Amino acid sequence: MAARTRKSASKKADEHALLGSIPAPAPAKFSKDEELKAYRDMLLIRRFEEKAGQLYGMGQIGGFCHLYIGQEAVVTGIQMNMEDGDQMITAYRDHGHMLAMGMESRGVMAELTGRIDGYSRGKGGSMHMFSREKNFYGGHGIVGAQVSLGTGLAFANKYRDNGNVSVSFCGDGAANQGQVYESFNMAALWKLPAIYVIENNRYAMGTSTKRHAAQLDFSMRGVSFGIPGIQVDGMDVRAVKSASEYALDHCKKGDGPIILEMMTYRYRGHSMSDPAKYRTKDEVQKMRSEQDPIEQVKQRILGEKMASEDDLKVIDKEIREIVVDAADFAQNSPEPDASELYTDILL
Amino acid sequence: MPIDILMPALSPTMEEGNLAKWTVKEGDKVGPGDVIAEIETDKATMEVEAVDEGTIGKIVVEEGTENVKVNAVIAVLLEEGESADDIGSEKSSPKEEPSEAKAEKSGDESKSASAPAEPIAVDVASDPDIPEGTKMVSTTVRVALRDAMAEEMRANDDVFVMGEEVAEYQGAYKVTQGLLDEFGARRVVDTPITEHGFAGVGVGAAMTGLRPIVEFMTFNFAMQAIDQIINSAAKTLYMSGGQMGAPMVFRGPNGAAARVAAQHSQCYAAWYSHVPGLKVVMPYTAADAKGLLKAAIRDPNPVIFLENEVLYGQSFDVPDMDDFVLPIGKARIHKSGSDCTVVSFGIGMSYAIKAVDALAEQGIDCELIDLRTIRPMDMPAILESVKKTGRLVTVEEGFPQSSVGDFIANKVQREAFDYLDAPVISICGKDVPMPYAANLEKLALPNVDEVIDAVKAVTYAG
Repeated sequence: MAARTRKSASKKADEHALLGSIPAPAPAKFSKDEELKAYRDMLLIRRFEEKAGQLYGMGQIGGFCHLYIGQEAVVTGIQMNMEDGDQMITAYRDHGHMLAMGMESRGVMAELTGRIDGYSRGKGGSMHMFSREKNFYGGHGIVGAQVSLGTGLAFANKYRDNGNVSVSFCGDGAANQGQVYESFNMAALWKLPAIYVIENNRYAMGTSTKRHAAQLDFSMRGVSFGIPGIQVDGMDVRAVKSASEYALDHCKKGDGPIILEMMTYRYRGHSMSDPAKYRTKDEVQKMRSEQDPIEQVKQRILGEKMASEDDLKVIDKEIREIVVDAADFAQNSPEPDASELYTDILL
Repeated sequence: MPIDILMPALSPTMEEGNLAKWTVKEGDKVGPGDVIAEIETDKATMEVEAVDEGTIGKIVVEEGTENVKVNAVIAVLLEEGESADDIGSEKSSPKEEPSEAKAEKSGDESKSASAPAEPIAVDVASDPDIPEGTKMVSTTVRVALRDAMAEEMRANDDVFVMGEEVAEYQGAYKVTQGLLDEFGARRVVDTPITEHGFAGVGVGAAMTGLRPIVEFMTFNFAMQAIDQIINSAAKTLYMSGGQMGAPMVFRGPNGAAARVAAQHSQCYAAWYSHVPGLKVVMPYTAADAKGLLKAAIRDPNPVIFLENEVLYGQSFDVPDMDDFVLPIGKARIHKSGSDCTVVSFGIGMSYAIKAVDALAEQGIDCELIDLRTIRPMDMPAILESVKKTGRLVTVEEGFPQSSVGDFIANKVQREAFDYLDAPVISICGKDVPMPYAANLEKLALPNVDEVIDAVKAVTYAG
């Protein structure tokens, strides 16, 4: 990723702010607890997604299912800085975001299987899940719509003067939708406490950034609105954490919105039925072997002797148990009663 | 215990596929994410990855096998410390469970053919009694709408209004006049010309519990925002299992004004009335505009509030009461009668009233119902009236195909067929984009004579 963080750290942030881009802050120095938390949180997402893929293969999960494998560091690093009341919203590659926000793996998995104990009582599915309690505002199936909605969350924070920040995630593909720029304009105009996280995983469905984007540097997408942007190594959870710390601080100071472009990568296809023929196996393998976000943390933990292989195996086992339990729960929870068909349409 | 590796479903519709190739052999060690096989679906060749760590103990389905059912056991994985001897003989035959699961599934599908009956709409309260001696004040629709917003904004700090020109300009049609002065820029928010974006911002704010009033300069422009209105505002309550919705109002002028031609002259009543999760209100009088807008702002659901530019300047009596709120979902009998039921709403009422008055002079006594709310629709009021008169004519400005009138006609023929003495006629705008030329525009809109002729036709009055 070093090659892509081309910003000169020597220039002052203010000068860059005018151009819409500022240098990425140095990766945070993690304590042992932080490293272990990051390891555990990312591993939970990875194992959960693998299990979801397996259940999909068994026909237990239907429809569309978009896995987050490879991108775990992004949501994990950002969530580490979020405070009570800060909101999160994203599109349909959303399972990892929900787990990061503290939603129960049982409830998420049961929604994937379309059961009554799912977060949406089985009526939303993989792409449409919410938790008022955990400040997770979805889970949206229309590419880009969540960015305007997330801007509305920020609007509400400013309206209530509650000091909270909304974090809206979108992909490099969604970053081409018109309403994203309509939202940028309003957020900058009204100085809304909004963080826009563009998860650049290099492919908008099956179309590479080179083929879909005239401006490949997505941190520059706010330039014409004066919104600063930071390009971040989204495979390094420490880099994500320090960038989001900066961004949250920026918003909480009342300086308006900010864009974080996360350079990341998804290992799986766009959805379960995507054979991903638009990229080479070598490309995927290279990312997996050289930049895997979980492996990076693992190597640091072992290298700095923060924990032993055996300690990590204990964590692995715990995570595996959580996921197996979630899968069992999700397969044994009943389908929603037929009477649910007509509930929750109007209050 | 050895783990079965099953033939995976690799698309929402896949039932079987070809096992094109094994990329591992018995005895190979695999870990999560390792590619173990290639499978051909009807769409593509997909790689299958191992989910668990272990050793391939047995390959059950040889490569090259075609039409392997989803969920059949294709291989067996041994975990640490297990050997091929641990593979039970019963394991090597394709598992029966999946087909049972399939059967169960299809059983469910046949069950779903008998969906539960749609719940009967809850009783909506009648209009509040207006105390005797209440002063009636002649008020324009424009001022009635403004008063409704101002009263609700005074009562609840969560209510705010946003839209183009709503604040400093005092409203493109002066409906928000004076609100900025009273409530300030925090609560009366001028937006850029960016319907899609600010509709989404409004929905997002509503999801947190605020009560936005989103003004569209006209509902023609709301076409740019219709995704947020339908996919976000209307569906979120359902998709979240009741956890969060969008308590808000989308309001503004709808339908034809005068000489503004095709892109500025369309009625969206039928469009929005199609969508579960929305309420759709379209008042005619100033009193209804005021009482229903107050109700819409208080309603915990997204409400589409369709106004009309032509009506803004018209005056009607509005009761001078502290808190005049009307029920959403209740029609108003504008005039009772016995010969024919005429149902209309919004600007359609202006044609219907003139027609009904003219018909009365000719001895035909119509019952005129002002729907006021298109969704949920007060079908009981319509049915009760049709059962009395045996005849029905509907009047609206929208396009004829899939019109509100056609929906009503269908309901009535299903639920009051034996009471009908004549076919139902729905009077609509013509099936053309609105023309600019004055004479053509007039022809494109419904007119009083068409309504009179329709009533005469269904009453066989020649």
